[in-house]
Amino acid sequence: MSGTFTKAMARNVFYGGTVFFFLLFLALTLDTTKALPKTDNRHNITADVAAGKHIWETRNCLGCHTLLGEGAYYAPELGNVYKRRGPDFIKAWMMAQPTGTPGRRQMPNFHLSDEELDQLIAFLKYASEINTQNWPPNIEG
Amino acid sequence: MKYKSQAVAMPYFIAAIGLFVAQIVFGLILGMQYVVGDFLFPEIPFNVARMVHTNLLIVWLLFGFMGAAYYMVPEESETELFSPRLALAMFWVFLIAGALTIIGYLTVDYATLAKYTGNDILATMGREFLEQPLLTKIGIVVVALVFLFNITMTVLKGRKTAISVVLLLGLWGLAIFFLFSFYNPTNLVLDKYYWWWVVHLWVEGVWELIMAALLAFVLIKVTGVDREVIEKWLYVIIALALVTGIIGTGHHYYWIGTPEYWQWWGSIFSALEPIPFFAMTVFAFNMVNRRRREHPNKAAVLWALGTGVMAFLGAGVWGFLHTLAPVNYYTHGSQITAAHGHMAFYGAYVMVVITIISYAMPILRGRACNSPKAQVLEMWSFWLMTIAMVFITLFLTAAGILQVWLQRVAEEPMSFMAVQDQVALFYWMREWSGVVFFIGLLAYVASFFVKGKEQPAGA
Repeated sequence: MSGTFTKAMARNVFYGGTVFFFLLFLALTLDTTKALPKTDNRHNITADVAAGKHIWETRNCLGCHTLLGEGAYYAPELGNVYKRRGPDFIKAWMMAQPTGTPGRRQMPNFHLSDEELDQLIAFLKYASEINTQNWPPNIEG
Repeated sequence: MKYKSQAVAMPYFIAAIGLFVAQIVFGLILGMQYVVGDFLFPEIPFNVARMVHTNLLIVWLLFGFMGAAYYMVPEESETELFSPRLALAMFWVFLIAGALTIIGYLTVDYATLAKYTGNDILATMGREFLEQPLLTKIGIVVVALVFLFNITMTVLKGRKTAISVVLLLGLWGLAIFFLFSFYNPTNLVLDKYYWWWVVHLWVEGVWELIMAALLAFVLIKVTGVDREVIEKWLYVIIALALVTGIIGTGHHYYWIGTPEYWQWWGSIFSALEPIPFFAMTVFAFNMVNRRRREHPNKAAVLWALGTGVMAFLGAGVWGFLHTLAPVNYYTHGSQITAAHGHMAFYGAYVMVVITIISYAMPILRGRACNSPKAQVLEMWSFWLMTIAMVFITLFLTAAGILQVWLQRVAEEPMSFMAVQDQVALFYWMREWSGVVFFIGLLAYVASFFVKGKEQPAGA
């Protein structure tokens, strides 16, 4: 750290390095943006999916669950729940909450209408069909 | 203190500590809900408590950063703050907005809160860490802009040091990347892609500039080492941080619907992310070893050294543990992630904010340092909280390894909830460690009220 390596040189490495790698990041982002239509399942986004995502967000589902591995780790992964449980089970499950079993983790009942439940399930179906490079390792999420 | 206007830092620091206490109370509630599932249900469901826990953390760290800036910038710039009145006004705006948001979380159903705060006009809520209502988000932007204006004007009219320029860069970056929280497309992959521009580019990007600047400032003050040396280190550390951390964002792009090549970019660059944290540890110890003075504030020196070590362990080592794509394939979104999150936030950001508070608060209260008695209690709180956090991390890591094995590796994988029952023992031990952490925190708060023989200011 001493000798010929001066503060001005360190400063230049910082600014130069930051600008270079941020530009590289932008270039990768541009490339990703072009490649995404192949993996992000966007052709299956419908009005129902959009409404379902809105329901998903306004009930703060990520406060307990993960979606593609992101969120809280208190309750099961839901990115593949459509494949794991199927639409009928999800619907029945949500309507049966909370179980009220003493000592067990409880999920609130969100009092969603039949239409809202269908929209939420449409969103979960869309999410389950995103190409996630085979994550999670198995159906249990 | 050298400049009268530095005093505005004080309410910011007090609010930070108050919210920290509240954050840990909710942490204990969450830890309890992990083992007694229906604890406080339906009054405080897990998702609400978690949102309060994480949002309080972010808000109190922001209070800490702003307080630090108000304290440091006048001294670095050798001039009074541009507008102390504006700083004080923003303090109240931020505190009231923050308090209303938390009260909203706790008393109003989240969907109702969303409806009445404009989420239907621009949907931004319901994403991890960005749960705040639109109005709060706008409030954060306003407070941040006024704050930045105040700080920038102060730097512009005074001396420009490397520390204040780096601090400014970090704070501006913080505000700019927060703007991505307003972008929430229906396309889930794009939503997640840019969500990380807030979350990752904050904690593994611009926040590291803030952290390094805070640490450098305190090290100059307590060691008396030449500014040229410390500022050179500062540039080296933040260069390493951003060179590795920007592309390191890729470690979040493995499994969210983005192209496979991110597994390479993310793995390689984030494998290098521990280096700046290691440099920070070496830096802190090196400077303290080469000190030219014995600063009477031993507690502040301890916090500064602790920050270096714990940030390296939490962010560096525990980050590396699960950052390589083949490993992350199994650990993604497990208790391993939670273990890393806890120690990284504590080691890097909690500790650096406490470091600056520990150094600045006695001076703001008119003395060079606290009495030896008060310092001893503060150092007890350091060890209690830090060791408790090490154990919280170890127990969560143990839970995570078991979880990954039973749920994702074993030949006959178990379901999520069945696995949670299997690892409950570790959650209990985590909760007890949390209690110790809380005791440490109470000791920390108490240390502010311990009297004794104090060294007068002007030292």
